[in-house]
Amino acid sequence: MKTIMYLRKDLDEKKVTSDELFNDAIDKAHKYQEEFNSFVTIMDKKEEKDSNSLISGIPYALKDNFSTKGILTTASSNILKDYVPVYDATAYKKLKDAGAVLVGKTVLDELAMGGTGTTGHTGIVRNPWDKTRQIGGSSAGSAAAVALGIVPFSIGSDTGDSIRKPAAFGGVVGFKPTYGRISRYGLFAFASSLDHVGCFARCVRDAAIVTDILKGQDERDMTSLPDEDIKYTDVIDNDIKGKKLFYIKEITDKTLYKDAGEETLEILNKFQETIEECKKLGFIVEEVSFDEKLLKAIYPSYMTISSAEATSNNSNLTGIPFGPRGEGSSINKIMFDARTKGFSELIKRRFILGSYILQRENQERLFKNAERLRHLIVDKMNELYKTYDAMILPASGGVAPKFDNEIDRMSDRYLILENHMAIGNFGGFPSITIPNGFVNGMPIGINITGRVFEDALTLNIANKIEEALGYKGLIKEEYDV
Amino acid sequence: MYKVVIGLEVHCEVKTNSKNFSSARNTYSEYPNENIDTTDLGLPGILPVANKEAFKKSLKMALALNCKTPDVVMFDRKNYYYPDLPKGYQITQETKPVGKNGYVMINVNGEDKKILINNIHLEEDTASLDHFKDYSLIDYNRAGVPLLETVTEPCMHSSDEAIAFLESLKGIFLYTGVSDARTDKGEMRVDVNISLSKDDTLGTRTEMKNINSFNSVRLAIETEIKRQKEILENGGVILQETRRFDEDTLTTHSLRSKVDAVDYKYYIEPNIPPIKITDEWINEIKSEIPMLQFERVEKYINDYGLSRYDATILVKDKNVSDYFEETVKLGVDPKSSSNFITSIILGYLNKNELNIEKLYLTPKMLVDLINMVNDGKISSKQSKEVFLKCVSDKKEPKEVVKELGLTQITDDKTIRDIVVRLLDERPDLIEDHRKGKNTFDYFVGQVMKKTRGKANPVLTRDIINEEMEKR
Repeated sequence: MKTIMYLRKDLDEKKVTSDELFNDAIDKAHKYQEEFNSFVTIMDKKEEKDSNSLISGIPYALKDNFSTKGILTTASSNILKDYVPVYDATAYKKLKDAGAVLVGKTVLDELAMGGTGTTGHTGIVRNPWDKTRQIGGSSAGSAAAVALGIVPFSIGSDTGDSIRKPAAFGGVVGFKPTYGRISRYGLFAFASSLDHVGCFARCVRDAAIVTDILKGQDERDMTSLPDEDIKYTDVIDNDIKGKKLFYIKEITDKTLYKDAGEETLEILNKFQETIEECKKLGFIVEEVSFDEKLLKAIYPSYMTISSAEATSNNSNLTGIPFGPRGEGSSINKIMFDARTKGFSELIKRRFILGSYILQRENQERLFKNAERLRHLIVDKMNELYKTYDAMILPASGGVAPKFDNEIDRMSDRYLILENHMAIGNFGGFPSITIPNGFVNGMPIGINITGRVFEDALTLNIANKIEEALGYKGLIKEEYDV
Repeated sequence: MYKVVIGLEVHCEVKTNSKNFSSARNTYSEYPNENIDTTDLGLPGILPVANKEAFKKSLKMALALNCKTPDVVMFDRKNYYYPDLPKGYQITQETKPVGKNGYVMINVNGEDKKILINNIHLEEDTASLDHFKDYSLIDYNRAGVPLLETVTEPCMHSSDEAIAFLESLKGIFLYTGVSDARTDKGEMRVDVNISLSKDDTLGTRTEMKNINSFNSVRLAIETEIKRQKEILENGGVILQETRRFDEDTLTTHSLRSKVDAVDYKYYIEPNIPPIKITDEWINEIKSEIPMLQFERVEKYINDYGLSRYDATILVKDKNVSDYFEETVKLGVDPKSSSNFITSIILGYLNKNELNIEKLYLTPKMLVDLINMVNDGKISSKQSKEVFLKCVSDKKEPKEVVKELGLTQITDDKTIRDIVVRLLDERPDLIEDHRKGKNTFDYFVGQVMKKTRGKANPVLTRDIINEEMEKR
């Protein structure tokens, strides 16, 4: 169970060198690559930059949708399969400056769209706990790399739950702070109003350490928040007695899941056990009611808004200024050809939807209504946050799904339980998933979503719950289930 | 008789150090792809950072056009695919343009007219494309340059009105310092909408895009009016379409019809959070807007008694107008100052291709020079000589007058002595004069010769008259 703090101590006491850590990570990365496919690129050279930061000399993995100067960045899409950026994303630059050592760029669902980890152009990512199962997505490789113990932390992006869901399926911590807390500059945009940068780690403390490095105002991102005069690692051990948590009856009430399988019921049972643990810790936990119509609107609103923004955001991928040049007798045909060949069927489907949603005659009914629903949901959350400090819910209604043919089709067969974490993206709320034990031998997670700007308190709450639950640093190899 | 209705959309590049949403330089460059950064190329992961100066200047223009300004700074995306648009969308303003419902006063052939502004919005320019036989070249220098689009109501009825409006608009850009508005550098480009109708309802309009000079705008309007008129007179129908104006053949050609119109799928740009526009900010900007051309012309005519012709010449260049006003402030008669500036100074500046800011003669010096003429110290003819020597030698008028020994002789006794001597020498001519022959001018000429032109001509004539009478 090697956390950042553990490695830090080893490094400082010269029990291990950063070269050894890097080589060890690279070895593991190669060892697991064929089986689990976490990486698009595994580095063969170590970045050398010393600093006094806690993560100096510590290896990490970066999702392959962050711009890294001189290092292939594909967004797991054929249209960018040979793209080598000319500039560094702010998040990457901050990590580099802090002395963290990049081990590789991780596989994602193509262009970060999707939640299965199966749509990247270099193949599917498998769950370290069960190779026949998904790790989830879109930050699939980043989740797997931490869950496999290749790196103590990794960076992902989260537009709907793209960090927090795979974190739950992989038995690791996944945190996305408040919208704007970490600069998005250099993150390949999926849906700009929902996109967040965040991290995977083996414990809440490590997530706080990494976020302390990443956060801060960036003059290149107008939505980035002003700097805070606070270090999250300094406050995560604060006393939480009397802090108020709520969970939503319409999501967690077992009686609403009459047709659900054993697995879902087991997850809900585990959730209630954890609620009891929280109460023992001194939290006040209450069940609240949330308009079910609004809850049902989360997924369609999310798909509507994100598909629309994605269509526009990815309009730069034409093969003209960069990327594989298409063929054709006119400029339009050349772009058409590049995009036809460059995107998978799923992506094209999203773009067609997004385009349809934004069309003049549909925009009011689809896009604007989805925006209105988003605001109603956020308003309701903010009302609850007047009374409560954070929301606590199961991260998923099931354990990591098996691979089957059903890949990210936007069917009606969805559950509120499966998609509520997009609330965190709607409102830009700080939101963290931590392990909550096992069901059927597979890890499950709980999600804690706090008030906007209150990343410190959210991490503090999560840290205290994590301490009580004791599921920390779960790695298949090292953990005897 | 058909009623012509014209609406204009004018794109003008805003003068700033950097581009509208990137830190690349906003400057004219003869080398392609020199002023670019990652944002201008639309590379994955880039984010727009709004240029405050560009927005401020846009607000300034909106206020100068008497527009209502929005409560917040907000941008929208206009989505379409074309290689001149590397992001695949243009950041523009659809929901909350920087100005709405304004107007500009213009004067067309002596008559005042109010031109209504529908809106003015800030956007980014596209890259420029050069098409060759089997390839095209892209220059991203222009991509992302701040561009202000002024959209009028369809409220103009002739090419004269359209040109007068464009001249006024250009004047406002120059007076406020928002843009250099140089059509020769493509900094100002015009889209023209025209329709004809027999009554007050609007006819079907056609549009001509990206016309690069005011003269071309005039020709395009006149060509298109003629074409539409011929169609209507022959019982035909005008199609709503975009047409291209061919200046060489003076014809317009259909480019695409309304049916092919693109749906730009506008939506709010999510990467630029709304920034509140405070009253303080508005007031600060308002205080920076100088009195504009139209008002200055009115003032010069009504308060200074200048002709519209002279007033219009004076306000053409703000620096000239400011120079003129400075002299008036220093107490000189506006008409004298206007005459001197329009007849002598502007001629000199034009001939030497200079700006008035570069002129050695300050307003104060001009006032001194004009006062010397008014006081009879030098003749107005001499004043031009003095002016030229001032600017060539970089010396003050008083100094030049002294050096040239130009001060007029206004002393009665000096002139009278000369006159008496001359009359004594030529009694025959006095006799001729009495007989009705004009010998008077001979004596005037002689006095001028003897004084090397310095004798005050009026005084000289009076004295000659008096002395002749005495004999």
